[in-house]
Amino acid sequence: MSQRQLLIALWTIVTKEVRRFMRIWPQTLLPPSITMTMYFIIFGNLIGQRVGEMDGVPYIDYIVPGLIMMSVITNSYSNVASSFFSNKFQRSVEEMVVSPMPDWIILLGFVIGGVARGLAVGAIVTAVSLFFTDVQVHHPLLTVLVVVLTAVLFSIGGFINSLLAKKFDDISIVPIFVLTPLTYLGGVFYSIHMLPDFWQMVSMINPILYMVNTFRYGILGVSDISAGGAMVAIVAFIVVLYALALWLLKRGQGIRS
Amino acid sequence: MPEPALSIRGLSKVYGNQFHALKGIDLDVPEGDFFALLGPNGAGKSTTLGIVCSLVNKTAGQVKVFGTDIDTNFSLAKYHLGVVPQEFNFNQFEKVYDIVLTQAGYYGIPMKEARPRARQLLEDLGLWDKRDDGARMLSGGMKRRLMIARALIHRPRLLILDEPTAGVDIELRRSMWEYMRRINQEEGTTIILTTHYLEEAESLCRNIAIINHGQIVKNTSMRALLTELDTETFILDVASPITTVPRVEGIELTRVDDAQLMLSVKKGQRLNDVFTVLSREGIDVVSMRNRANRLEELFVSLVHDQQAETGGIR
Repeated sequence: MSQRQLLIALWTIVTKEVRRFMRIWPQTLLPPSITMTMYFIIFGNLIGQRVGEMDGVPYIDYIVPGLIMMSVITNSYSNVASSFFSNKFQRSVEEMVVSPMPDWIILLGFVIGGVARGLAVGAIVTAVSLFFTDVQVHHPLLTVLVVVLTAVLFSIGGFINSLLAKKFDDISIVPIFVLTPLTYLGGVFYSIHMLPDFWQMVSMINPILYMVNTFRYGILGVSDISAGGAMVAIVAFIVVLYALALWLLKRGQGIRS
Repeated sequence: MPEPALSIRGLSKVYGNQFHALKGIDLDVPEGDFFALLGPNGAGKSTTLGIVCSLVNKTAGQVKVFGTDIDTNFSLAKYHLGVVPQEFNFNQFEKVYDIVLTQAGYYGIPMKEARPRARQLLEDLGLWDKRDDGARMLSGGMKRRLMIARALIHRPRLLILDEPTAGVDIELRRSMWEYMRRINQEEGTTIILTTHYLEEAESLCRNIAIINHGQIVKNTSMRALLTELDTETFILDVASPITTVPRVEGIELTRVDDAQLMLSVKKGQRLNDVFTVLSREGIDVVSMRNRANRLEELFVSLVHDQQAETGGIR
């Protein structure tokens, strides 16, 4: 395919994906905004007033970056996982498989779709947070970069999950039993400096801790870890998972007999 | 000499459960042909076509589409292919028009070209009025036609139709035959058809391969195959109840019921003797018809012969 044909093919997947999550917005965009509003009211306003400050900033300001990042992670992941698995389930994935599109265009199209939903939900949660706080962004470029790269990483993760999944249950196992615990334990609601030394060390092997803290550093200018090291780790994860996803696609994992 | 539309050499497929679906088949489909690939269920038809269009990974062998090896440039090979699979494989919640346009996008066709093409195809296949309906709202026959429209949107040189008329009523089936004939004859699209309606293969196809237990058991022209039939069977409807069946030298005549006789005639035998004897016995024949489709008889005999050789159904 020529460069122009590749672009048209990519655009086709991306627009289809964006149309899909926009069409079912009560399932995709509305729930996270309601959930996060609850978090802001309960943890930020009610409990947060008693907590006082965390790492030198008001507690409600402290949890804003973590809650935004939590929304981006879960939505970018589940968008790709559920959309691609639905394509597999209905066999409409065959429309793409029989076409001359290279595998990397298929992967890239779904990843961009996942990033789009992750960022859309992130933007909604950010807008909701402005009703409760007036946080200022300290490092805009880093903030945008880390949120986009995190959305990319988890979109690829969702894609791999959907390739390996055999039934709908298989695409909910990772979000429920892996992503949610790692996100909650990834410093969304607390600083790891509050933990005993042993649990601080355990927390350091949680990749989501690096993303949440780098994003928090971008917005608030405070972090438990080094932002530079975290960015390198995120990019390394993206490269490894992208290669894995492409390899699985090439061998037809879950889509070819 | 032009490259065949499809050239298959030594194609094998062993599934994960060690089922040997294809055992090194060779097959050539000339450009412009209307080719039938027949075989009983599980014979290897869909596996063969699945490998050609990349829905199934091959174990060994070579596949070329218009001279392009799928192992070296699958993208180019796939650009020549249009596929209508056996099962519905579109998003049931999408609109008819969107399904066809999205497929055009996957082939890199700009929207301004895709829209008039999609309209033409949907009009030709009687679906234009349904363009804004969700695909799930269509009848079975309409869904089959939608898959044909989708497969043709990029103007493929080779169209693979895997049981395209399964579950379609007779009138619609015949209109689909006309459409397939038209794109084969007027647009020069090579068509490979698998079907369980042997009448369909006999009516449409010029060449035929019969596959059974993962092997090609026959690969010839339809005309040559039909001339291999050495016996034809007719049903005779008679005016009054039959009491005794007359004997006719060299011809097998049996009673089906009170009002029907079955007549088996070898190639070259004269029918006149039968009617002379029947007239003499006071039996009036009011109508006569083939007992079954000729190709069907041959197909059953070929498949049956091979099953006898290989030890029955496996």
